[in-house]
Amino acid sequence: MSEDPRETPALDHRVPDASGPPAVELRGVTRTYTDQVAVRDLSLRVGEGEFFSVLGPSGSGKTTLLRMVAGFEDPDGGAILLGGRDVVGVPAHRRDVNTVFQSYALFPHLSVWDNVAYGLRRLGLRRAELRARVGDYLDLVQLAGYGRRRPHQLSGGQQQRVAIARALARRPRVLLLDEPLAALDAQLRAQLRVELTRIQREVGTTFLYVTHDQEEALVLSHRLAVLRAGRVEQVGTPADVYERPVSRFVAEFIRSSTTGGSNVLEGTVRTVTGAGNAALVEVSVGEGAVLAELPPGRALRRGQPVAVAVRPEKARLYSAEDDGPPPGWSRVPVRPRDTVYTGAATEHLVEVVGDPGATPLTVFTQNTRRAGETGPGGGPVLVGWEPRFSVLLADEPGRGDGGAEPGGRARPTAADGDPTPGSAPTPVGATSRADVS
Amino acid sequence: MTVEHAGRGRRAARGRRPWVLLAAVVGAYAFLYAPILWLALLSFNDSRSVSTFTGFSLRWYAELLTDGQVLDALWLTVRLAASTAVVAAVLGTLAAWALRRPFRGRGLWSTVLAMPLVVPEVVLGVSLLAFCVKLAGIPLGFGALLAAHVTFSLSFVVIVVRARLAGLDPRLEEAAADLGAGPLTRWRTVTLPVLWPAIGAGAAFAFVLSFDDVVTSSYLSGVGGTPLPVLVYGQASRRGVSPEIVALSTSMVVLSTVLLVLAVLVVARRARHLDR
Repeated sequence: MSEDPRETPALDHRVPDASGPPAVELRGVTRTYTDQVAVRDLSLRVGEGEFFSVLGPSGSGKTTLLRMVAGFEDPDGGAILLGGRDVVGVPAHRRDVNTVFQSYALFPHLSVWDNVAYGLRRLGLRRAELRARVGDYLDLVQLAGYGRRRPHQLSGGQQQRVAIARALARRPRVLLLDEPLAALDAQLRAQLRVELTRIQREVGTTFLYVTHDQEEALVLSHRLAVLRAGRVEQVGTPADVYERPVSRFVAEFIRSSTTGGSNVLEGTVRTVTGAGNAALVEVSVGEGAVLAELPPGRALRRGQPVAVAVRPEKARLYSAEDDGPPPGWSRVPVRPRDTVYTGAATEHLVEVVGDPGATPLTVFTQNTRRAGETGPGGGPVLVGWEPRFSVLLADEPGRGDGGAEPGGRARPTAADGDPTPGSAPTPVGATSRADVS
Repeated sequence: MTVEHAGRGRRAARGRRPWVLLAAVVGAYAFLYAPILWLALLSFNDSRSVSTFTGFSLRWYAELLTDGQVLDALWLTVRLAASTAVVAAVLGTLAAWALRRPFRGRGLWSTVLAMPLVVPEVVLGVSLLAFCVKLAGIPLGFGALLAAHVTFSLSFVVIVVRARLAGLDPRLEEAAADLGAGPLTRWRTVTLPVLWPAIGAGAAFAFVLSFDDVVTSSYLSGVGGTPLPVLVYGQASRRGVSPEIVALSTSMVVLSTVLLVLAVLVVARRARHLDR
């Protein structure tokens, strides 16, 4: 038990510290159940003080990963390091981590106060210190005055805050959170999301946060790892993962609640122009042409099938009366199919002309004008966007899979050497762009 | 009980339920409780005859309190029931705990534990008698009685505690471990407190089962002491239904009912705290 005397929690944003050993490091961790592999050869590093999310669909192994760090399960292979020390085989009650469970798991026979004190009693604190600490952490989660209540007398959101106070009161090296907001309704979830960010800033503890909610991970994390079938698909800042997905899976899985997932366009390479960082590839899609920057080190043949992703809010629509996209932009002729007015924005569903089998594209336009003033009509006939918004996806067998694992695909960059969020995105896949906003 | 009938009747009338339903309810309650009520009334009869009612009196109860044989039997029965409750609660809880996780032969073990529920009591009594006397050389009396009563009441404790364990969030124990509690501390500070209502209910069952038992006890009571139910049965079969026996039976009904209701109330109070 490392006694970290954080008597005065820093109120400013603690910059995660990348100098020491990572708070959590997983090296080649594998966990197999009788019938399936939950986590395979997974490596990951979480820096001290980071808010790090593990995001994946159900069955991607994210909860198993968390339970192995907590000590409820042991890996079949690999190492789990906490502060540089391998803890595989160390029982849960001797690990310097604490967990916030999805089901809260508050002790029903104890008061709120005694729930928070439970972990402190195991530390053998002196009476006065114990009392002060319980008070501090109930304050932190804004539940001062609720100490005498029983868990069942609290709302779901309050119960979850008690669970957070109980786990944090021991001042663990790492706080593990297993979908802590999943059981709450949308409004409370949004509220607690803000709370969690504040709490993490105040205490500065490393948070390892497991969720299947893309937006939650984007909003909360310094960095996040996208998991798929027990492997890390991509690690990066929310902006990296959103703007520069390395694979079709990430492009489609990472979605914001307003605009949804990326559009993925399939086509064949027409030309490659330029060289080095300025290399551009032109891809024929239906009757149009998509321009994308060619990541260094990636070679493409003429006629080779490739997939390009573009976010719905990055593309623009042009009607027959417009001039169309400027030269040097992607230009795809489309046919309007559906329009959905969503208040702040309008969602346009358009079909690619000349590629009847393709999934329709979604394009978002901000409703900066009043409804009915959407300009001279005829509907959109062209979609266009700048080349820097195109993301050339890695080669992948198959087409249009949602989550099924095409077995044995190599994912080279599970380990991420740079745990500092906010710095340049690590070159995952093949991109090396620093500017993503 | 009469109040209960009236209440139900009024409610049924207000709800315009068919009279058949009302009749069925009244009939069922009458079938269950009329003989007991009749017995209770008789116990206050001044006359020695059990067929004619001559006046109210407590004399048969007063006689009970001066009857040394009855008092000895009561004391033995209470001691036996209390001991049975404690021993069965401890063993049953441990057994339920052991059966919580799957292991080889778990099905067999739980079947064996449930066997006393289906074995006829006469058979159980005979086999326990044979076992104590012929095989193990255990003297009849309190020890043998206790062993027998624990045998048939254990199943109830196991069933009740297992049901509670099945509803127990396994995350609770993980949370305790996560907060630094070793296995023993977890058991003491989390598992046991959450199981208390079930253990209490199981113990109450065991107490009442032991308190009411005639068949097994009549095989195993030694020369020294006779449990109350056996005494009642013996006297009734030898001398017929006397007013003393009627008063004694009424007391036993009241005593078991009060004990069971108390236990249920206490357990329900605790359980309400634990369950959301």
